[in-house]
Amino acid sequence: MPYEPYFTEEHDQLRNMIRKFVEKEISPFVDEWEEEGIFPRYVFTRMGELGLLGLHYPESVGGQGGDYFSGLVLAEEMNKCGCGGLPMAIAVQTDMATPPIYKFGTKDQHERFLKPALKGEKIAAIGISEPNNGSDVMGIQTRARRVGDEWVINGTKTFITNGTRADFVTLVTRTSDDPGPNGISLFLVETNRPGFSVGKKLDKVGMRSSDTAELIFDNVRIPHENLLGEEGRGFYQIMWQLQGERMIGAASAIGSAEHVYEMALNYAKTRNAFKQPIGNFQVIAHLLAEMKTQIEVCRELIYATAYRFSKGEVPSKEISMTKLAAAQMGHWVADRALQIFGGNGYMAEYPIERAWRDSRLARIGGGTDEIMKEIIAKQIGL
Amino acid sequence: MSHWMFTEEHEMFRKSVKAFIEKEVVPNVEKWERDEETPRSLYKRMGELGYLGIKFPEEYGGSGLDLLMEAVFTEELAKCGAGGVAAAIGSHTSIAMTNIWKYGSHEQKQKYLVPGIKGELIAALAVTEPGGGSDVSAIKTTAKRDGNYYIITGSKTFITNGVNADYVIVAARTREDPVHRNVSLFIVETNSEGYSVGKKLKKLGWQSSDTGEIFFENVKVPSENLIGNENEGFLYVMKNFQYERMTMALGCIGAAEKALELAIKYSKERIQFKQPLSEFQVIRHKLVDMAVDIEKARNITYRAIYLYNKGENCVTEATMAKVYATEMVNRVADQALQIHGGNGYMMEYPIQRIWRDARIQTIGGGTTQIMNEILTKRLGILS
Repeated sequence: MPYEPYFTEEHDQLRNMIRKFVEKEISPFVDEWEEEGIFPRYVFTRMGELGLLGLHYPESVGGQGGDYFSGLVLAEEMNKCGCGGLPMAIAVQTDMATPPIYKFGTKDQHERFLKPALKGEKIAAIGISEPNNGSDVMGIQTRARRVGDEWVINGTKTFITNGTRADFVTLVTRTSDDPGPNGISLFLVETNRPGFSVGKKLDKVGMRSSDTAELIFDNVRIPHENLLGEEGRGFYQIMWQLQGERMIGAASAIGSAEHVYEMALNYAKTRNAFKQPIGNFQVIAHLLAEMKTQIEVCRELIYATAYRFSKGEVPSKEISMTKLAAAQMGHWVADRALQIFGGNGYMAEYPIERAWRDSRLARIGGGTDEIMKEIIAKQIGL
Repeated sequence: MSHWMFTEEHEMFRKSVKAFIEKEVVPNVEKWERDEETPRSLYKRMGELGYLGIKFPEEYGGSGLDLLMEAVFTEELAKCGAGGVAAAIGSHTSIAMTNIWKYGSHEQKQKYLVPGIKGELIAALAVTEPGGGSDVSAIKTTAKRDGNYYIITGSKTFITNGVNADYVIVAARTREDPVHRNVSLFIVETNSEGYSVGKKLKKLGWQSSDTGEIFFENVKVPSENLIGNENEGFLYVMKNFQYERMTMALGCIGAAEKALELAIKYSKERIQFKQPLSEFQVIRHKLVDMAVDIEKARNITYRAIYLYNKGENCVTEATMAKVYATEMVNRVADQALQIHGGNGYMMEYPIQRIWRDARIQTIGGGTTQIMNEILTKRLGILS
């Protein structure tokens, strides 16, 4: 039965379709892609073909015309593929780098960037963090200067998902000497422009099937038409973008935690110790009950918040709470699952150690736990 | 905007309940705590205002509204800052009278529900016994049929409203076997011969609620006071536990919100090292953790109530809500007390009461451990 009022039967069908796709076309290759530190480009085009990259975008820009919850279904199901890296790369494509193009972009930008991204023909990245500025977005130093009809960009971005092979970057830059929020603007920068280079591919603790890079902008010239939205409004635009990023991050954490829980439950029922399944020991049984409770508690928080977001509200307090709670829950569930797996949980042969490593990132990316708390503190009157 | 589950009517009702609590409950809480009971006058006043019959049919003097309306009331009542008052009223309406509404006869409703809704008679539910708490199937109190009567013998303990109740809904064994199919519910008037109340029990918290031990010495109860069918009492009790657990979760959310409000207020007023406590990041983040914890509990609880209100099975959700919200209020109240520092330990400040009152929540209505036992079965964890 559909999960009212959030999901309809259509969502259930979509979920089944994605689940089959993941089982058949993603999961069998995850180990290999994790090893390689990247997954093949055709995953983007294949998902574009299936209409999975534009689920919640209108048909006019090449999307499927679905609602916001269809995007959550994708995030949840993708995160059951057996790793967090690939789903994160896809989430950047669908819910992090592209929403600002749809929301603030011109028709021409929709044609040149959004449509090919939703088809999976162009890979998108979002460039916010810099070597010296992570949480402090206002402090970014990448500079864009207007020269005639062009802008010239200089600076370095880091921790950029899809960075080694992105076709364009939704880039946050400083466009004025005004140090405040009004000196920031967004640009769409094609990576084949002279002066752009990938510094290095970064090696990570987890999320290994997703490529992460440092990007260098050395006098990269782009036409004025590539300014995204209004000049000087970039800070507000990126703050809006982060709301969606946090929601999708939370949904990803739920999908992954559900998957991890199922594995731990299955292990507890089949692993014998002292002549019985370890799941029959009360401490393990209650631990599993607590894990599932944490998942469901966070799920309700996410859905209730997503419901408001889908209606056009931007409840940033609840979004921050959702992101914080889900990220913490995801890593905690993975940690407890690893404990249930015992020594096997520590072995790369079993899927839990990867979930444990991958889930750690959610507490940092998209705004750290600490930044979430600072945001919430302001909103509860502190 | 509030949660989608609530309509404008719910929110209007919330405002009026809030105003009532602020005006007529909060100023009296200290006194009622000292008296170790909630006065009859509060039941009467709430009866007048229609607060005791929100979900009950209009035919019996109720308002015939949905459970979400009662949920609003439960949440707001808990913000009075005294768990005892909430327990006294909640035991009367949600825990005791609900059994008559759901399973009782028309005559029982006329005789007991109508005056209960008016606040003229106080009701209690008596299940727990000295020898059987979590293990409801171990009840020893018996009811033996004797012509048109049942003769009840045994004792009950930890009964909220147990001292002041006018009638008590009693779970008693009506046959030896089979287990879970041998218990029945009876309405027993507390002025019956052979009925007696032991001492009012001294408690760590919930001071404004009277908790009693009650004894049945060959108490003659007319057979028309049997609720529903004989030997189905265990099922009734289990079914109503779902609702009781949700209302407890709601109460915890209300109490935790109050604790957070007090802690935020205190943190802004209290100056140390030349600045308000709220300027210290560790304190700010602690307050945020509390707020997030409350929201987590709120959403799982609302989900359970939404399903229950629609008549859907919500045992898993209600159990999760109970376990999460009751543990949550303990964490939140404890941290709120911590933020109050030494003052938090003083009886002069209300936070200590919320902290003490919170402690029973993970025990009453099914302990956290029993909740997890239920979940292990519901979730198919045990092989």
